[in-house]
Amino acid sequence: MNDFFLNSTQYERLWDGTLVTLQVLALSFMLGIVLSVGFGVARLSERVAVRAAALVYVEVARGISSIVLLFWMAFALPILLGFDQPSRLLMGSVALGLNMGGYGAEIVRGAIQSVPKGQTEASIALNLTPTQRIRHIVLPQAMPVILPPMGNLTIEILKGTALVSLIGLSDLTFEVSKLRVNRTISDDPVSIPILFLNALIIYFVLAQIIALLFRLAERRVNAGFEQRSGRTAVELSAPTAGVTG
Amino acid sequence: MSAPEPQSTNDSAATPAVRMRGVNKAFGDNVVLRELDLDVAEGERVVIIGPSGSGKTTILRVCMTLERPDSGTIELEGQHLYHEKHGDKLKPAREKHIRQVRSNAGMVFQHFNLFPHMSALENITLAPMKTQGVSRDEAEEHGLELLDKVGLRAHANHTPGQLSGGQKQRVAIARSLATGPKVMLFDEVTSALDPELVGDVLSVLRDIAEEGETTMMLVTHEMGFAREVADRVLMFDSGQIIESGKPSDLLGDPQHERTKSFLGAVFDH
Repeated sequence: MNDFFLNSTQYERLWDGTLVTLQVLALSFMLGIVLSVGFGVARLSERVAVRAAALVYVEVARGISSIVLLFWMAFALPILLGFDQPSRLLMGSVALGLNMGGYGAEIVRGAIQSVPKGQTEASIALNLTPTQRIRHIVLPQAMPVILPPMGNLTIEILKGTALVSLIGLSDLTFEVSKLRVNRTISDDPVSIPILFLNALIIYFVLAQIIALLFRLAERRVNAGFEQRSGRTAVELSAPTAGVTG
Repeated sequence: MSAPEPQSTNDSAATPAVRMRGVNKAFGDNVVLRELDLDVAEGERVVIIGPSGSGKTTILRVCMTLERPDSGTIELEGQHLYHEKHGDKLKPAREKHIRQVRSNAGMVFQHFNLFPHMSALENITLAPMKTQGVSRDEAEEHGLELLDKVGLRAHANHTPGQLSGGQKQRVAIARSLATGPKVMLFDEVTSALDPELVGDVLSVLRDIAEEGETTMMLVTHEMGFAREVADRVLMFDSGQIIESGKPSDLLGDPQHERTKSFLGAVFDH
């Protein structure tokens, strides 16, 4: 029994590491979403300069190795800008967020283009401003298309957070490596396979939680297209043909 | 810049609701509007007929800023749509100016283009709330009145997915009326409907026409309807208006050869 578990000190370390991983994930996700929507919309701007700038960002963000970007943000940029003690957490998250935004912007652009043109035309005829058109008409309808790949991307970023251990952030991967190296940190030496099995399970569970959250968001968004009352409610909740066999 | 724009320079009584001068529009090599001149008087109901693909719809679309003319000028309610006056000169208008003039027009589309993620009522209240600063309560009250007018008050909370084509189009008409545009553009609004649903939509249009306050430009293939509500019918082909007249004259006794052959083809079916 004991063979499959670590001791409580070791779990404490993993827990602390998990919290750092979640912080990095949350920060880079927030930045990534903002950049995705901003540049995704900008990619379709009527102004050539805006479109071009967005394209440059997308290609740079996608085309740079995230580990190199991470090193740049953590080590090179602070020297160039004369920062004394940049927050590694912040710099690491910014690097991952920039990276996520490059992919996310393409997801958002594709989803916006999937919204029928007539929707924008109707909103022009109603004299909405360009911002109102995007916010109230186009993005809500793009959401069902955005959410599944954005869920994938978020899981990618979760896994990408492991890279921040390389700039000295004590995330989950960092703690695991440390436990491996300091095998005698507590009374019982760590079993290496069990240690990594635990790490694997924690990442997997976190990924599953992200997938679940995105699935809930999808369901919520799709419900908005169905109805608030009336007959279709029954039709929609009718059991679908079984996949049980 | 800071001085208020003088009101229209012409005597306002004669200012047409829509004035198009020398409007050209081509898509690649395909010229759809050729030096088009058109005046539509305040409160006038004009029906535009012509072969499909002739660019009738483009006339409405340039007035709604859905297509930008290659050249020429368009005025709505005496104000230039695509230009701003700087002294005697016309300069290309900024977005803000376009929005201000565009608020005079509303449009109903062949394929409804209702917002599928909003209820019928939300479709209608969106523009008044967002573009005119009307409160939600007020917008909903007015929205329900409009739904009443098109016979769909009971469907206020339904989303477009739950409505039939004819119901969708009636909601779309109510939506376009919600901001009180002076000029209404109707682009083949019954063409996508099953024949048995056309009547309800036409009767809504008839109601708007009878109120007589709204200038209406309609592109339609419903000749009976055109004869009934139009003050004037325009035959449009090859980028130009080739014949124009009272419905009884133009539809009953067309002068132009192409009008004759077009009407012949329409009535044969």
